Amino acid sequence: MSAAEALTLEALKEGEEGIVTAISAPKPLRVRLLELGLLPGTRVRLLRRAPLGDPIEIEVRRTRLSLRKSDAARVFISIPKSQGASP
Amino acid sequence: MRIFRILLVGNPNSGKTTLFNLLTGLRARTGNYPGITVECRAARIEIDGILVELIDLPGTYSLSARSEEERIAIREILKNTPPSPDLALVIADATALERHLYLLVQVLETGLPSILCLNMMDEARAQGLKIDLATLEKSLGIPVVAIAARHGEGLEGLKQAIASSIRLGLPVPKDPPLTLHPRLEQALDRIEKAIDASLLPQRAGRARRALARWLLLSVGEDELSEIPPTLRALVASEEKQAFEDGLALDHALISARYAWIDTILKQALAPPSFHSSTTERIDRFLTHPLWGSLAFMTAMFFLFQMLFKGVEPIVSIIETLVSLTQSWLRHILPPGPLVELLANGVVAGVGNVLVFLPQIAFLSFFLAFLEDTGYLARVAFVIDRLMGAIGLHGRAFIPMLSGFACAVPAILSTRTIENRRDRLLVMLTIPLVSCSARLPVYLLVIGILFPPGTSVFGLEAGALLLFGMYALSILSALGAAYLLRHFLLRGPRPPFLLELPPYRWPDLRNLLRVVFDRSWAFVSNAGSLITAITVVLWALLHLPWNAERERWFEQRLAEAKVISDPFLRSERIDQLVRERAEERMESSFAGRLGQMIEPLIAPLGFDWKIGIGILASFAAREVLVSTLGIVYGAGEEAEAKDIQGRIRQSKRKDGRPALSALSGISLMVFYLFAAQCMSTVIMVFRESGSWRWALLMVAYMNSAAYLASLLVYQGGKLLGFE
Repeated sequence: MSAAEALTLEALKEGEEGIVTAISAPKPLRVRLLELGLLPGTRVRLLRRAPLGDPIEIEVRRTRLSLRKSDAARVFISIPKSQGASP
Repeated sequence: MRIFRILLVGNPNSGKTTLFNLLTGLRARTGNYPGITVECRAARIEIDGILVELIDLPGTYSLSARSEEERIAIREILKNTPPSPDLALVIADATALERHLYLLVQVLETGLPSILCLNMMDEARAQGLKIDLATLEKSLGIPVVAIAARHGEGLEGLKQAIASSIRLGLPVPKDPPLTLHPRLEQALDRIEKAIDASLLPQRAGRARRALARWLLLSVGEDELSEIPPTLRALVASEEKQAFEDGLALDHALISARYAWIDTILKQALAPPSFHSSTTERIDRFLTHPLWGSLAFMTAMFFLFQMLFKGVEPIVSIIETLVSLTQSWLRHILPPGPLVELLANGVVAGVGNVLVFLPQIAFLSFFLAFLEDTGYLARVAFVIDRLMGAIGLHGRAFIPMLSGFACAVPAILSTRTIENRRDRLLVMLTIPLVSCSARLPVYLLVIGILFPPGTSVFGLEAGALLLFGMYALSILSALGAAYLLRHFLLRGPRPPFLLELPPYRWPDLRNLLRVVFDRSWAFVSNAGSLITAITVVLWALLHLPWNAERERWFEQRLAEAKVISDPFLRSERIDQLVRERAEERMESSFAGRLGQMIEPLIAPLGFDWKIGIGILASFAAREVLVSTLGIVYGAGEEAEAKDIQGRIRQSKRKDGRPALSALSGISLMVFYLFAAQCMSTVIMVFRESGSWRWALLMVAYMNSAAYLASLLVYQGGKLLGFE
């Protein structure tokens, strides 16, 4: 697996956008994330991290969701081209 | 006349409950779904001459379920034994249609006649969203109504839509034209064929297909009961085979649903770029590492202050009313056991119930306010990290914190925790948090042992001890949560997936409604039991009634009343009243019981008088203070200082002091751990839905209390303390 593929939602910086590529999680969590609209191809944005660093807040399909870092680490993403390569 | 059953279905933040309240006014009945402690609200109303029953289903993002509580929605929708539903009213937030339509698609798949109700249209307009209702109606094939429930806007149109749908004979909606992968279709066909009558009696077609889809998404690492093992195995093997062929069935189904939603919304919605600037601005402040934490602490401090001090005036009004009623009864009835039963049993029992209401009302209001504004989700967001360390959800924070004031409202407030296992866990640990009823006990003992001025290492001994008690209580509550989570309430920790809804100004009627519902739930569920047990406790503490001794005291009192010297007179009367109270208590059932259990509690450093106090504390822990006042001859109405003085000077039968330092600390530790308060036990029974959990709590807390006190007393003695 190349480094680009291993990028997860958890690793996004505040304000950064990504596109979901896959979810690798046990079924209950996977189904829940998919049903909340985190389907492959969906654009997500990391809004912020909680004051203690965990959980994180993301924006997806016009709603804000909060999820734990450990769960966000199971959502693989790619960085959209428009945003360019992140530093 | 036929009653049409309408199910209210919607996401947690769709404004479903506001709409329900708006449609039904105060006619709703609150109950529980059978077997599970999830609130079920229903109400009968008339719409345009048609009698309908509205049922408010629990808010949910999807019909798929991992637990029995989450299964309620699909069970009610597919229910085909009377009373079965006639119509689904699906409420969606117009500002987040994509996500909210997902739930609607699932409802449409079942074939239940439906109406889509777009709520928050005012906000959608303010955001510049343009929703083409006619196009939406055409593509979905069901009536669509736009409302703004908070302003009561569009309500008439909604009622008309319901009435005309019923008059048209409740047309079955068209099947959502999902494009399913052929591999998925085959798998669903096989699952559908395997569904037997135990899951869905005699209903064919759409409902069966919907159930097959539901099974595909729900079964697997779930906690659902009643799913036949053969069906489970089938779902698992279908998934496995498809996966080997490179297809994730769950993903295929969910994306087919979203694909249809996207097609519809492309025609019906003109979306501006998404940004809810107000919410973003508020969030930048309220979830900021510094300002957000400060705001959080301010809110929690306010809650604390109100629970301890703010409700005090109302509590004292209730207490005054109770004591006025008691005096009035004593005034109009001749002295004897009957008046004592009425005054100290029945009236005191009703008082014991009413006295909780101010805290319950305030806490419900506060929580509903936070919930409706959207801040409650942020509280969970800010504190989840800390709560997560002991295996709890961020939502558990406020109920635990409220436990410092009183476990009864705190347990009631666990209703905001969705997951049943989490809720039970919090319910069972809250009573370990040192509530305000333990404070008088701590203060009494500290006052006896360490009068102000006693210092240890230059610090006030009493303050140090009190601090130690609270620290120990917090540690033990956290420890108990950890142990329960790892041994008794094991299972997958539910994922923390929380929607952070836009900030909204709450609707006052809605808040008051919650206050009313919670207060009523407490009075109707727990009220009669609390009153009944107070009466039983009164009987234990006052019976058998010794008529001869009572007459003797009456005579002595009559003699005392004619003593001419006013000082001597009141002195003598006081003494007689004190002696009578002491004698009554010592010869009562509880008194004898206290003496009987003395061998059991002697290893903890307690004598039989403290034993009576412990028994009487079943009414409420602070009763220990007044009970010790009576048994040590300070009288029924004595001030804490007098009681402390009396106990300090009293000796046991063997000449040792009534309460040594060591047995005093042992007593405080006992009160810290023990499950004594009957109201708490009743609350856990009512809110968990079974005596099993209540008894478990009593057993674990009281074992911990006994062992901890034993350790303190015997350990202390070994170390040479007295």
